[in-house]
Amino acid sequence: MDEKRDDDQRGKGGVVLTEEQKRRQRARSIAIALVLGALVLFFYVITVVKLGPGVLRRPL
Amino acid sequence: MSLLSQDAGPLPHVAADGTVIEPSLAGVGDFVALMKPRVMSLVVFTALVGLLVAPGHLHPVLGFGALLCIAVGAGAAGALNMWYDADIDAVMARTAQRPIPAGRVSRGEALGFGVTLATGSVVVLGLVANWLAAGLLAFTIFFYAVVYTIWLKRRTAQNIVIGGAAGAFPPMIGWAAATGGIGLEAAFLFLVIFLWTPPHFWALALCRAGDYERAGVPMLPVVAGTQETVRQIRLYAIALLPAAVAPWAIGSAGPLYGATATLAGAIMVALAWRVRDGGRQAKTLFGYSILYLFVLFAVLLVDHALFGLWAAGARAAG
Repeated sequence: MDEKRDDDQRGKGGVVLTEEQKRRQRARSIAIALVLGALVLFFYVITVVKLGPGVLRRPL
Repeated sequence: MSLLSQDAGPLPHVAADGTVIEPSLAGVGDFVALMKPRVMSLVVFTALVGLLVAPGHLHPVLGFGALLCIAVGAGAAGALNMWYDADIDAVMARTAQRPIPAGRVSRGEALGFGVTLATGSVVVLGLVANWLAAGLLAFTIFFYAVVYTIWLKRRTAQNIVIGGAAGAFPPMIGWAAATGGIGLEAAFLFLVIFLWTPPHFWALALCRAGDYERAGVPMLPVVAGTQETVRQIRLYAIALLPAAVAPWAIGSAGPLYGATATLAGAIMVALAWRVRDGGRQAKTLFGYSILYLFVLFAVLLVDHALFGLWAAGARAAG
């Protein structure tokens, strides 16, 4: 499937990534995903700590 | 159009302004290197001490969050420094392998990375701790990236003296995060790092004077010579001793800290006196200066744990 995409990209005159560039792009994508996941957890915990039990007491 | 659409296609070879766009070669480690992790570790440590010895109380989770923000803010300042200094980094042996001069990260990537981290760290610190701490962090990043890197570094031999203030702010930010204010003790912690910076950096500059000269950076050994640099290293080492002892003298720290600050400061002065040029003694002073700051702040923390109540009692009695 990657080869087909590379052929499409060549056909459009675009940049075709080398194997090394693909590997680094994948590593960056995984790192960004991990950081975003950690941030979600961080904001969740901070919110609970800042608001305390009051976070669950919302007017209906 | 969806960002995930296959029709989005690959990057064009040539941008609208004619610039050739190369796919990024940056690895995750390159972005970590942009944040200057060794500098960051010292920033985090001094901020941690400022946060823990402060009289206020901050929930451990919020304290961790505040430290994380300070670390990321320091990393942002490092990335912005590398963005602007890429040209001089390329001609200095010590910095030639940094991600931008080595060609692994583009300047645009470093700028975007730095600005994003700076904005995020300041806003989140404001929400996690308080806006005084966030304001101090923002000022520190601005001071390092703009006042030191862009303005002073290439213009004056006093660059690292004034720029050293940026490295001196972290314990004050930690203190502000815990208390919501700035105390006299925090000002002394600032003063210690501020006075420590010139002998620390000039010892390194003596060893790397040729590098700085090639890069056109007017470090003191380059523009004023070795003898004047040695003289100023000694003056700052002497001034550092009473400033480091002051927290004990005003009753904010206990006898363990007072004894350590006196002894470590005396060794710093003795090592400064042995420096003659950019030889082995300068390298020894540079290495010792890092150990000095680490030991001083570590002992302050231990002293606070051992004598914190004693110091508080002494203040109350006074």
